[in-house]
Amino acid sequence: MSKFSAITGNGAIAEAMRQISPDVVAAFPITPSTQIIEDFAKFAADGKVDTELITVESEHSAMSACLGASVAGGRVMTATSANGLALMWEMLYVASGMRQPILVAVVNRALSAPINIHCDHNDSMGARDAGWIQIYAENNQEAYDNMLMAPVITEHADVRLPLMVCLDGFIISHSIETMQLEDDSKVKDFVGEHTAYHALLDTDNPSTWGSLDLHDYYIEHKKGQQVAMENVIPVVEEVSERFYQEFGRKYELFESYCLDDAERVVIAINSVAGELKEVIDEVRDAGEKVGLLKIRLFRPFPYAEIAAALKNCKIVTVLDRSTSMGAYGPLFVEICSALYDADPRPMLYSRTFGLGGRELLLNDIRDLFEESKRYLDEGKIEKRSYFLNVRGG
Amino acid sequence: MPTLQEMAKKKAAFSSGHRLCAGCPAPIFTKMLTRVSDYDIVVGSATGCLEVGSSIFPYSAWNVPWIHTAFENAAATVSGIAAMAKVQAKKKPTAKKIKCVAIGGDGGTYDIGIQALSAAMERGHDLLYICYDNGAYMNTGIQRSGATPLGAATTTTPVGTVISGKQQQRKDLSRIMVAHHVEYVAQASIHNPIDLSNKIKKGIELDGPAFLNILAPCIPGWRINPDMAVESASLAVETRFWPLYEVEGGSYKVNYKPKQNKPITDWLFTQGRFRHLKNPQWAHMIEEFQSRIDEQWEWLLGQEKGV
Repeated sequence: MSKFSAITGNGAIAEAMRQISPDVVAAFPITPSTQIIEDFAKFAADGKVDTELITVESEHSAMSACLGASVAGGRVMTATSANGLALMWEMLYVASGMRQPILVAVVNRALSAPINIHCDHNDSMGARDAGWIQIYAENNQEAYDNMLMAPVITEHADVRLPLMVCLDGFIISHSIETMQLEDDSKVKDFVGEHTAYHALLDTDNPSTWGSLDLHDYYIEHKKGQQVAMENVIPVVEEVSERFYQEFGRKYELFESYCLDDAERVVIAINSVAGELKEVIDEVRDAGEKVGLLKIRLFRPFPYAEIAAALKNCKIVTVLDRSTSMGAYGPLFVEICSALYDADPRPMLYSRTFGLGGRELLLNDIRDLFEESKRYLDEGKIEKRSYFLNVRGG
Repeated sequence: MPTLQEMAKKKAAFSSGHRLCAGCPAPIFTKMLTRVSDYDIVVGSATGCLEVGSSIFPYSAWNVPWIHTAFENAAATVSGIAAMAKVQAKKKPTAKKIKCVAIGGDGGTYDIGIQALSAAMERGHDLLYICYDNGAYMNTGIQRSGATPLGAATTTTPVGTVISGKQQQRKDLSRIMVAHHVEYVAQASIHNPIDLSNKIKKGIELDGPAFLNILAPCIPGWRINPDMAVESASLAVETRFWPLYEVEGGSYKVNYKPKQNKPITDWLFTQGRFRHLKNPQWAHMIEEFQSRIDEQWEWLLGQEKGV
């Protein structure tokens, strides 16, 4: 039976993993994603999943074992955060290069140094070029729903790429929210059976994986990955629609909140969207046309769709919860690319916030909207980019 | 155990047409993988000569399912395969039983891969890890590793006027593996096919983790002629540089005891990488080398006697 439950984000991810019951999970603990693996280990210990749990000695080995099990023919998953994802780095590229539909729940956390266990997006943003699909979640419900949709997206014959479901460390992973947990058998039906391609365990038809691939073929294989990535957008739309039909919660490539007639738009990722919506409601009540575009699918990036959604807006504030040192934030760069051909092109600027878990409060967001109003009235952007809520900032 | 003649009639796991160097002995043991046992096998290789020489796209020298993912993680990758084989066996009890083999060179095993290896052994997966120890990072052009013997010239331990070759003794990985209390640990050499095939068979067929360390001379790395690999490996065993032994259930057995104790120089001075040690300036290194060998041999015999 579908039920309302009060559960943490990590607990919700673990529930999704239990319901999917993958063949193999290989994982290593790291704050704030540890609870996912602890919960899952308990499910395994209690015989609630058929999964072989490999408690590896590092995240590098976690991804390596996931890759071995996936190529062997299994459905595989893991979870990690921050430095753990960084230690997987090498293998992230190998997993996508081998076109394996591996799932990782990334509980977003700041990267060292300085060491910090709280939320920002530098971990998954750093992996944005690794050839993985990235889907972000505002809250526990979205994180759970994305986990249910993830196997269907990754294992689609047109895709066959690994996928990260990203959620905010502590803010979501450790917060209890009431949310809908779906019925086990309905989830199983929705997710379906896993199909392996040229599985290593098919010893009657031996296949060679991970060949040395030089200048005579490498670029064709990379082009193939790019094509598969481009195929993701219609597949995400299709799977989200099927999810809506089955479970009644609607998801698109991104969420549009008060966007249709908005003149001043904020673009953001993950949990901060909740606060943004609250302030948008207030500012709307005062008669101002403000809105939110909340990123869901970051890789592949839906450039054309986002440009179309912003066609009426006059000024865009992009909130990045990560940095590319010496450059604009990753999200801002993508939005600039998306809007380059827009005519008229809205004013655009970047704000970096929340690194290492620094809070962005409602008043800060009110200030942001005041600022965008001033910029729009004056017709010029005073500061293209700066850190919000920072000493000396 | 099948005879060598019977084994030779079975299809080899590894085909001719590979691009390993002329005289490279790696195919001696890779061919045996399917010939020693009736189990179906899956192989995972670390980055290295064998991987590069066997898999250049779109060709493959592998007649069995094979995967390479990276350098330091053959044991971790294959532990994933072994886990999936277990899942498949549970789902389809009638399916053929599949055995997993991981292969790494000494660089991928003694050094960069030791963490993944140690952990896979500790977790107890049903897999055989084979290290082919040629005593340096040969694939990248002969750089020293933790397995490189004392005094050997490599491109990162060159022969100079004040430093001559590698200044450290090699680490004893086989003993580190014994300390994991796994089912089976053995040292073998490519020059002795009966001993080698027996050990591969044991490692594949037992249920649980096994480790086999195979001495595999490298033609360019050791600076020997392409027809010298077997002879050079044989000399390594005769001089007791590379004792053939196995540890089963904690009990040591020395599989071959040379009738006379040949001096290590019989082995060293047939290889270009040690040629500089003939200079009396480095005589103390030869002494140090010999003394480690004598000490280790006595220790090994003591283990066999259980003292």
